[in-house]
Amino acid sequence: MNRRKIKSPSDLEKLRQEILAKRDPKKPRIAICAGTGCLALGARKVITTFKEELKKRGLENEVEIRETGCPGFCEKGTIVVIYPEGIYYLQVQPGDVPEIVEKTLVEKKHVERLLYTDPTTNEKAIHEDEIPFYKHQMRLLIGNNIKVDPKNIDDYIALGGYRALAKALPEMTPEEVIEEVKRANLRGRGGGGFPAGRKWETTRNAPGEPKYVIVNCDEGDPGAFMNRALMEGNPHSVIEGLIIGAYAIGSHEGFIYVRDEYPLAVENTGIALEQAREYGLLGRDIMGSGFDFDVKIFRGAGAFISGESSALMSSLEGKVGAPKPKYVHTSIKGLWNKPSNLNNVETWANIPLIINKGARWFTSIGTEGSKGTKIFALVGKVNNTGLVEVPFGITLREIIYNIGGGIPNNKKFKAVQTGGPSGGCIPERFIDTAVDFDELTKLGSMMGSGGMIVMDEDTCMVDVARYFIDFLVDESCGRCVPCREGLERMSEILNDICEGRGKEGDIELLEELSEVMKDTSMCGLGRTAPNPVLTTIHYFRDEYDAHIKEKKCPAHVCKALIEYYIDAEKCTGCLACLKACPEGAIAGEKERVHVINREKCSKCGICYDTCKFGAVIIS
Amino acid sequence: MDEDKIDKIIEEHRTDKSELIPILQDVQAEYNWLPQDTLRYIAKRLQVPLTDVFGIATFYKSFSLKPRGKHLVRVCLGTACHVRGGPRILETAERILGIKTGETTEDYKFTLESVNCLGCCALGPVMVVDNEYYGKLPPTKVEKVLHKYGYTSLSSGKGGET
Ligand SMILES: Cc1cc2nc3c(=O)[nH]c(=O)nc-3n(C[C@H](O)[C@H](O)[C@H](O)COP(=O)(O)O)c2cc1C
Ligand code: FES
Repeated sequence: MNRRKIKSPSDLEKLRQEILAKRDPKKPRIAICAGTGCLALGARKVITTFKEELKKRGLENEVEIRETGCPGFCEKGTIVVIYPEGIYYLQVQPGDVPEIVEKTLVEKKHVERLLYTDPTTNEKAIHEDEIPFYKHQMRLLIGNNIKVDPKNIDDYIALGGYRALAKALPEMTPEEVIEEVKRANLRGRGGGGFPAGRKWETTRNAPGEPKYVIVNCDEGDPGAFMNRALMEGNPHSVIEGLIIGAYAIGSHEGFIYVRDEYPLAVENTGIALEQAREYGLLGRDIMGSGFDFDVKIFRGAGAFISGESSALMSSLEGKVGAPKPKYVHTSIKGLWNKPSNLNNVETWANIPLIINKGARWFTSIGTEGSKGTKIFALVGKVNNTGLVEVPFGITLREIIYNIGGGIPNNKKFKAVQTGGPSGGCIPERFIDTAVDFDELTKLGSMMGSGGMIVMDEDTCMVDVARYFIDFLVDESCGRCVPCREGLERMSEILNDICEGRGKEGDIELLEELSEVMKDTSMCGLGRTAPNPVLTTIHYFRDEYDAHIKEKKCPAHVCKALIEYYIDAEKCTGCLACLKACPEGAIAGEKERVHVINREKCSKCGICYDTCKFGAVIIS
Repeated sequence: MDEDKIDKIIEEHRTDKSELIPILQDVQAEYNWLPQDTLRYIAKRLQVPLTDVFGIATFYKSFSLKPRGKHLVRVCLGTACHVRGGPRILETAERILGIKTGETTEDYKFTLESVNCLGCCALGPVMVVDNEYYGKLPPTKVEKVLHKYGYTSLSSGKGGET
């Protein structure tokens, strides 16, 4: 497309007015989430069905279809919102499309069954802000995802996008921008929570040219996907923040490091950069300010450790992405030994907000030490899974119950894991903790990138610790001994415990190894790796004891410690489990009680899931 | 190996050491894996030691030094999928295909791998075949998904095993 270059802030405003003038706010619009989550649930088919249906009825010019970013309620995808009314439909299937078109677009009525239904009161919610999942959030960063097509920069500009850049470039000196970010007390969202303004200042003042600015979209924390949602759903918000940062730091070259598992984020970011270039928002003399800056995308190649700052920069240099000891910080000597400022996707996305609305406004949100909002990936054993953006200071209970809708199947909440492999498990008694960087650290966990994995009574805490340690064994780069060997030994001990070979003294040994790793590992991976082990020992020691002393797994997870059998009272002899068993381990006849052959049973649990009468018992 | 093909890929990047990872990614996109002779050739063209090229090809998980099957089946073992039964999806896929994780069926139709998080954690457990995502997948549906990609009980197994 031929885009006219934006040569001044007033050009941007003119363009915005032109875009708005071409758009009739009353024109019906169907916004359909085309993020990775909804696509996994079949959004593509929903989109094509809408197109066909509109064509069939000759409505294709009357109604606009917009493929948008992820609004976060992935659990209930595919999400379809009908504007201008803002009618929020959930779990839309291709088969629902004709009815939506007929009832909502033509007759202006609701399709009741696709609206959110409150599980307790059965009340319907029509609009986004009536749905409890959204009602208790503060969606400053992801709120626009459902409004923009990430492949169309005009959508972002129409909502006031790039105004912060238009303000910063002519009106503020680089120092003033840094000062504003410092005053906002914006802390890095990638895990450590380091103040962004201070890091920017260090890089700005560091000797050496050129300077680099980098977006960390490696998002290696398994169970977290907020960076993905921003980068693929609203890439311009990140890019705008990056350009402002580059201006403040004095950098003319930037990189966006995206993990390989996010092909859609790579695609959408590529398109976004191209469109920004066409408008002159990247390249030479941005908005006529004399400032030059451009950005390249770099695809990661699959290594958790490459999300660490020095490792990421090695990877960008085309080397093995392993960390280096940090005698000198990357902000002073980073990529190709030049001053390099790395921030997380979400950190960058906060910048336009701070510049537009000011540090005063920003610091009015959050707690004493943590300002603004944070996006969490609320997943695991919780009813409403998805992305939630909340102000710092909200309690875990509010997130898990008010937003998340509690634990499914009337199970009991056991713990919530935050901070990924560097974090820890927080037990139920701390559920009223106000969430911010410092409070989570006090509990032995950490904020991390914002993964929040809810665990219920069916989750074994020893298995969780083993899971994270095994993950880290695979991901440790192996350069320093404490991390490489420490993780291996911990993995052996934990696997022994889970497999019924645990012995007296194992817990103490784990604690001792943890201390050594914490104190002597080279990078953050090894230094924080013991957290999942230490927190589970600290809060759930009884579960470790049950495994070690009684050879029992109270949550019925550790295979070596459980047996499956069929309750003769409850078995109706329906043959369902017998047919489902992949090992042929179940014997029985129709209407006769079935029996599991222990020798053949591989404990896969399929019989347990298949039985409708609760007759399969785990002991 | 088709030298022209590799040359073309290299030309799309700079003949520069720092482009090694993107070049290997593009070569892998072409072949589905990284044949040894391509690595040698790339090392020569970029004038970097072969050990560096191997270092990278073995360090990063997305590179494969073994031929992969026509369809790449990846099962997520990220935390969210783990607590929702990801390991059972993987076991089921192993059993159906008759191979272990990291292996390829004898007819080169399927390669089975595990990954740590695909970014649709809210839909766990998740399995991806090629670039199609299957969310909220019960173990009982795994076989049906594999059928879509031409799985028949004949394609399973590495021969001989039951
Ligand atoms: C093992 C390890 C993995 C990391 N992975 C990531 C990651 O995936 N994304 C991220 O933003 N930061 C990650 N970090 C933190 C980065 O080193 C760095 O602190 C961060 O990107 C800085 O950005 P921020 O100040 O905006 O948070 C990781 C750190 C370690 C030690
Ligand atoms: S944990 Fe499986 S997709 Fe994230």
